[in-house]
Amino acid sequence: MNTIPLSAQLINLFASVILLLAFAMLAQRRVLQLVNLFALQGATLSVSTLVVAFTTSQHHLYYSAGLTLILKAILLPWILHRLVRRLHVKSDVESLINVPTTMMFGIVLVIIAFNVALPISQLSSTITRGTLGIALATVMLAFLMMITRTKAIPQVVGFLAMENGLFLAATSATYGMPMVVELGIALDVLVGAIILGVFFFQIREQFDSLDIRHMERLKDS
Amino acid sequence: MPANLLFIDALLIAACAWLAVGLAGLLAPRNTRFISKTLFPFGAVVGLAVGVVALCSLGNTPETAVLVIGLPDLPFHLRLDNLTAIFALLLGFVSVGISIYAAGYFRKGEGTAPGLLCLEYHVFLASMLLVLLADDAYAFMVAWESMALSSFLLVTTDHRHAEIRRAGYLYLLIAHIGAIATLLSFGVMTANSGDYTFAGMRAQELSPFWASVAFLLALLGFGAKAGLLPVHVWLPEAHPAAPSPVSAMMSGVMLKTAIYGLLRVSFDLVGTPLWWWGVVVLAIGLATAIFGVLYAAVQSDMKRLLAYSSIENIGLIAVGIGLTLIFHAYRMEALAALAMTAVFYHCLAHSGFKSLLFLCTGSVLHATKERSLGKLGGLIHRMPWVAWLALAGVIASAGLPPLSGFISEWLLLQAFLFSPGLPHPWLNMIVPVAAALVALVAAMAGFAMVKFYGIIFLGQMREENLKDAHDAGVWERVGLVWLGLVTVLLGVLPSMVILRLDTATRQLLGTGLADRLQAQGWWMLAPISPERASYEPMVFLAVIAASVLVGRWLVHRLYHGRTRRSPAWDCGYHFQGPRAQDTAEGFSQPIRRIFEFMFRMDRHFPTARDEKPYYSVKVEDHFWYWLYLPVARLAEAISALIVRLQGGRIAVYLLYSFLTLIVLLVVARP
Repeated sequence: MNTIPLSAQLINLFASVILLLAFAMLAQRRVLQLVNLFALQGATLSVSTLVVAFTTSQHHLYYSAGLTLILKAILLPWILHRLVRRLHVKSDVESLINVPTTMMFGIVLVIIAFNVALPISQLSSTITRGTLGIALATVMLAFLMMITRTKAIPQVVGFLAMENGLFLAATSATYGMPMVVELGIALDVLVGAIILGVFFFQIREQFDSLDIRHMERLKDS
Repeated sequence: MPANLLFIDALLIAACAWLAVGLAGLLAPRNTRFISKTLFPFGAVVGLAVGVVALCSLGNTPETAVLVIGLPDLPFHLRLDNLTAIFALLLGFVSVGISIYAAGYFRKGEGTAPGLLCLEYHVFLASMLLVLLADDAYAFMVAWESMALSSFLLVTTDHRHAEIRRAGYLYLLIAHIGAIATLLSFGVMTANSGDYTFAGMRAQELSPFWASVAFLLALLGFGAKAGLLPVHVWLPEAHPAAPSPVSAMMSGVMLKTAIYGLLRVSFDLVGTPLWWWGVVVLAIGLATAIFGVLYAAVQSDMKRLLAYSSIENIGLIAVGIGLTLIFHAYRMEALAALAMTAVFYHCLAHSGFKSLLFLCTGSVLHATKERSLGKLGGLIHRMPWVAWLALAGVIASAGLPPLSGFISEWLLLQAFLFSPGLPHPWLNMIVPVAAALVALVAAMAGFAMVKFYGIIFLGQMREENLKDAHDAGVWERVGLVWLGLVTVLLGVLPSMVILRLDTATRQLLGTGLADRLQAQGWWMLAPISPERASYEPMVFLAVIAASVLVGRWLVHRLYHGRTRRSPAWDCGYHFQGPRAQDTAEGFSQPIRRIFEFMFRMDRHFPTARDEKPYYSVKVEDHFWYWLYLPVARLAEAISALIVRLQGGRIAVYLLYSFLTLIVLLVVARP
């Protein structure tokens, strides 16, 4: 039997953990737990990148891994925790569609993602190419979370998780993006999170709630 | 530099000079004195140079130039041939009068800062010159759009009024529809060769179908600029909204650039014309002329009246183009040359007299602050300069000898009279009817002009404050006299003018009128043969002058000193003030009744029990209700459907992107 090298097995393992965490986030009803899951996903992503960097001795990936760890596993979850506490978000996460149905949709999306990613990963020559389908699935699941959640904070978490998926896709397809691009994206995500944090306060002041369904009134009529 | 490139270089330098004058206006945008008394006269000098250079270049072989500016693989190509020269000379000479007038016209504190106005005005002039010089579709469209934009800004000079903003919007909208049609027409003419120069388009042999598509698109595109039916609605809104020198420039010169474009496409670029194109242009032109003149006759705002009169004149020019196309398609080149000469002549004549009349309304507007005919009257006593010069414009516009409008309309009717030679029975029946309608239009134009002149300048003053009206200033007078001279010279020296125009006719049709005219001498105009019809402007002038002088002498001689002034028998009506004069509405009432089906009228009649009886009539355009409002409603209905996509729910918006993403991923699978 064809044996797969240990590093590749590790990478696949971490990738599947990320996918599992994406499903967990989709199912999670509590805001603080959601943020914790997001932090865990960021940490896993960082470790996975570290393994890839070690295996392929791509030095810039070490920096990427460190950046991911600081930003996505520590800084952003910390900001989100503070926001949740400052805004006194006590209620559970409300969902437009109930959780089991969402999970069904998620499974369908994973199948689509694997199907779509198959021809692309065949073109790629990296050892991590098997994880491309997982990366795409993570992006789609995060997108699904943004669609189905009605409160603003889970939507932002979904947005950030989508970036995790994109990062994973970049690492698995081409060993990561150029450092400059990566730094730019990291900065974008950070600034985006801060701006959205400001917006949360504005939204709550305006509507006394973070329920984005209130914003339906804002459209032109 | 080769010596034979001198003329086009001179014109380019003139265009740059105009741009420089415009930019100089930004140095001191609020210094009205510097701008009006230094920059505008300088612009007039440049205009004179353009006119003289264009006049000298007539008859030379075409000159070309390639500029370094433009897109990387697509530099601007320019070309100066006789057709361009005719219109450049029109632009140059007319702009002299308007620029000099503008030097006296723009005052402090009117709308846009004078420096910006100066920039817009001179960019407008330079872009019109570049439209004429352009020799590839790209340069043409760039210049064409700069012209549209700069004139839009000029129209909305007084943008604080909502109606002026509305007029400007309408103008910009229709200008863009026209520009799209023009661009598509050029696209069809390149025939997928990728060569956007006009030389490349000339070399293409289009099938009759595609040639017709290109021609009809060009007709729509240039018709929208010229004000042909049914895309004329912007014209009576934009002309009154603009300051008078701008109205004069738009009506006198800008509309002619559209005529230039139509001539360029139909006789030069698209290849051999088909006979039915001529019929289409003839029919649209006739409809436009009749529409324009009837609406001009019933207006009671002096600038709207002139705007509708411009529509009428553009219609007559289109009739001439249609006739030329028909003759040209049947290879009757001598008659085609006659009709085309009439087209050129009317372009020149109309630029002269319509600019003159618009400038006269500007002076009246400044002197009285009043545009409504119902509140003017008797101004000949207070504004003799303006009144007598307006008389020249009015006579020319009414198509009376011995001034310029008569010559062109006479030439046009001559061309109609020879049409029975056409090898097509059906056309032979239609064309005399068209000739009769042209004659009707000429007569009605006379009516409209009598109304315009009589109500503004003759009779008694309808309002008290008209007594304080002052005549035009020196600059304004010089500008008006210049345009008056143009009008008179075009009327008195037709043979000499036609000899110049002939170079362009010869270039487009291969033949002209010059040989016959040279045989006859400069005093006589007999386009086909002296036996059929001839016109001697000097004789007319002499007879008219002699009869006026003899009449005046006789009156003075026979009645001098024996005039008795006493109250007239008042028929029992004791109060006969200025209000008892015929009003603008009253004067045109018969026209409104006879052609009632042409107008959409909203009238209010006083009743016997009214506390404050008043009469009002509002004449509106049927096309607005037949064509434009349905289109606007359709657009609104479609947008109402599209707006349903915007539900206001973020989840739904995200779902749209999500579904798009998935569909694209699945569709684009390698």
